[in-house]
Amino acid sequence: MPKDSGIGASSKRREDVRFLTGAGNYTDDINVHGQAYVHFLRSDIAHGRIKSIDTSTAEAMPGVVKVFTGKDFEGVGGMPCGWEVTDKHGAPMQEPPHPILAQGKVRHVGDPIAAVVADSLEQARDAAEAIDLDIEELPAVIDMKAAAQDGATLVHDDLKNNICYDWQLGETDDAKVDEVFANAAHVTTLDLVNNRLVANPMEPRVAVGEYKRGTDEYTLYTTSQNPHVIRLLMCAFVLGLPEHKVRVVAPDVGGGFGTKIFHYAEEAFCTFAAKACGRPVKWTSSRSEAFMSDAHGRDHVSKIELALDADNNFIGLRTNTFANLGAYLSTFSSSVPTWLHGTLMAGNYKTPVIQVNVKAMFTNTVPVDAYRGAGRPEATFQLERVVDKAARELGVDPIALRRQNFVTQFPYDTPVALTYDTGDYNGTMDKLEAAADLAGFAARRTQSEAKGKLRGLGINCYIEACGIAPSNIVGMLGARAGLYDAATVRVNATGSISVMVGAHSHGQGHETAFPQVVADMIGIDESLVEIVHGDTSKIPFGMGTYGSRSLAVCGSAMVKATEKVIEKAKKIAAHLLEASEADIELKDGQFSVAGTDKSVAWGDVTLTAYVPHNFPLEVEPGLEETAFYDPANFTFPAGAYACEVEVDPDTGQVSIEKFTAADDFGNIINPMIVDGQVHGGIGQGIGQALLENCAYDANGQLLSASYMDYAMPRADDVPFYGVDHSSQTPCTHNPLGVKGCGEAGAIGSPPAVVNAVLDALNSGGKAVDHIDMPMSPSRVWSAMNS
Amino acid sequence: MKISMTVNGKAVSGDVEGRTLLSGFLREHLSLTGTHVGCDTAQCGACVVHVNGEAVKSCNMLAAEADGADVGTIEGQANADGSLNVIQQAFQDHHGLQCGFCTPGMVMSAAALLKENPRPTEAEIRKYLEGNLCRCTGYHNIVKAIMAASGQDVSSIAAE
Repeated sequence: MPKDSGIGASSKRREDVRFLTGAGNYTDDINVHGQAYVHFLRSDIAHGRIKSIDTSTAEAMPGVVKVFTGKDFEGVGGMPCGWEVTDKHGAPMQEPPHPILAQGKVRHVGDPIAAVVADSLEQARDAAEAIDLDIEELPAVIDMKAAAQDGATLVHDDLKNNICYDWQLGETDDAKVDEVFANAAHVTTLDLVNNRLVANPMEPRVAVGEYKRGTDEYTLYTTSQNPHVIRLLMCAFVLGLPEHKVRVVAPDVGGGFGTKIFHYAEEAFCTFAAKACGRPVKWTSSRSEAFMSDAHGRDHVSKIELALDADNNFIGLRTNTFANLGAYLSTFSSSVPTWLHGTLMAGNYKTPVIQVNVKAMFTNTVPVDAYRGAGRPEATFQLERVVDKAARELGVDPIALRRQNFVTQFPYDTPVALTYDTGDYNGTMDKLEAAADLAGFAARRTQSEAKGKLRGLGINCYIEACGIAPSNIVGMLGARAGLYDAATVRVNATGSISVMVGAHSHGQGHETAFPQVVADMIGIDESLVEIVHGDTSKIPFGMGTYGSRSLAVCGSAMVKATEKVIEKAKKIAAHLLEASEADIELKDGQFSVAGTDKSVAWGDVTLTAYVPHNFPLEVEPGLEETAFYDPANFTFPAGAYACEVEVDPDTGQVSIEKFTAADDFGNIINPMIVDGQVHGGIGQGIGQALLENCAYDANGQLLSASYMDYAMPRADDVPFYGVDHSSQTPCTHNPLGVKGCGEAGAIGSPPAVVNAVLDALNSGGKAVDHIDMPMSPSRVWSAMNS
Repeated sequence: MKISMTVNGKAVSGDVEGRTLLSGFLREHLSLTGTHVGCDTAQCGACVVHVNGEAVKSCNMLAAEADGADVGTIEGQANADGSLNVIQQAFQDHHGLQCGFCTPGMVMSAAALLKENPRPTEAEIRKYLEGNLCRCTGYHNIVKAIMAASGQDVSSIAAE
């Protein structure tokens, strides 16, 4: 029987009511009395040297408060990068400055050159058009392999070349890797592209900066997944402000998908300009502006080689990847192609020798950083495509080949630095085979063929590493931040509870799921527990929400704090019941003395905590506890996906006919929300596989800068999805046994779609090894007819 | 210029520039911030409102064009007693929203669809929602919620 409340219940989301009635409070809904508006003048060329900027005409235009250029920010820091990667020779990555407004050069289309603050947005826009720019256009560096050549034009004149780092993970002895491949019975090789994407949360970014002269305090309202991280970076590295004088609020946020993790120049600008202009300053991104200023995702070009022995065991894996970082280092960009990517190359398989090589490149494009999955989709795509190709070359069943090579003993130390604590890949594959009705595929193919369509089945397995941790390890790997989280459980006198959490909800339903945990632990109604998040003045110092970490990391902190609360409440209950603390049991909101009928209700204990007339002298009044939690390891969700497509042989049009996901997320708090997370991830993965592509021309012009040109998945591009998460191996090292579910769909689905299309073509007599994403009709048709 | 119209049954007026969009008038002049703006090319549909009973992208219509019109927004959709209407309730029951940003437009489009087609098929719903983008849900639970709101049995559709 499904539960109707607490852990394991599909409780309906309480936050929905405000969103469904137009009562949400998104950043653009916030207007501060007296606010001015900023418009950024952005570069319309990819690369150029700024010779002069004349703002005098603009400054004299109606309503203009002030015009800023890079010169106004020479005294403050640039946008920082939060992860220092060390290259394979032991040298630190090349780390060029990233100014708030361009200084000396513009380095991508969209690079902000000047900012006009005016009484109205229209006046700011009008005045920006009157700024006289003299910029000498330089050759654009776009192609990553060309950018790596000696003598290539430099994106940053002060760097020795365009290579941020040349990184390696796994086997360092090239000769040993060569030997594995030389002795292999079969080697499968694949060159592939992981297409550049734009995260595109439906809410564009917004920032409102406010400064109070009387108290010397700043408030920044911003569309962020992690307000404390923004405050720390902005105060310590960019503007040099005292943290205790700065409040960062991320209210209702309309989706993030990674791209709202990062500290952006516009946030620092609005904070700085609020003081400089003597009035609040608001910036609202247009969608077109978002395409050229939000950090992009993916954009890898890779060669992967898989070595197998005569029995089809995987014996070696080698990858060589060019990863695009864009023109500047965004906040966590350097970690994505390295520690969030190379570490996942073992996948679900016990390949003994793995070598991962990554060259990260500066180019004249928008910075690239984490997007849903962040490095893990790129790893999974390479691995699962080459495994599928190997199965086809060897004429073996792709599921059987995968099963044969699965890791089956846990814990398992991979050759690429991770220790998987638990999993059951065969069990999850069993679930997939049943849920996807793979036994019925042949009949469905026959039906498709009767309609003149080619039908294909694509299988994919994935493993991901979530809840990135522990802080001491990531620190050794170059992270410049800790990766713990925090929660404060504040019990009110009448028994209701406010839980202040460092995690941030921008669609994930924390306001519903987190109370399920606390209420379940105490045995009270969920409605008595409220979650507070997104405001540095209200919550403990937490690291926010990304990397599917909220429940595994912040949820663990919340459990620890609740345990402390219960421990103290038991002392009070013991006093009231005149019993020993060791004999007190808490069940269904009642403290009772074991083996007796004596009990006292939760609400009586909480009232006593704040009205301590009859109270144990050795205990402090009040009932409020904080816990910080730093995980012992990553969590390792894993799954198996099946996609069935129909391909129209006349047009190359692909349609997704059936999509089934079997995931092992460990324990699950709210199945409805978990299913929804998987649905959304699959939708984005299908988008990547079939539709989405962020395209630049050779001159660095962004060709896909609006929804007219960037093909977002729409309702009629996708089917209903089947989701099964009954395969559950609980995480072994966090108190809830949870693993994280936010990114799985986006990681697991693109290779499943591509594998399905290739199965359709090859089964239909078209020998095609690979088609790059997005698999548009023209690409599929061309592959079929080449 | 001065304009007046009825919004959610209430007479309103305002002084706007010729270039003021209906979305801007609703959000900035009337503080009806439930209508969202998610793009600048009339693609995303977060700004859908009803103008004289028709679903309209309010970012693509001048406020002046709505002079004298009867406008409905998300703020006016709940039942008279404040409870969620059938469509809103179905979205909550079936987890048809996550971040909530596209939701007002989805609800307004769904209402317009069900008015002209009270029992749409899955395919008809998906086709109708071509002008409404959602990045969170993969559309699964939105389509399911609209089917449920139209009185169709959705119990055989996998997963809540």
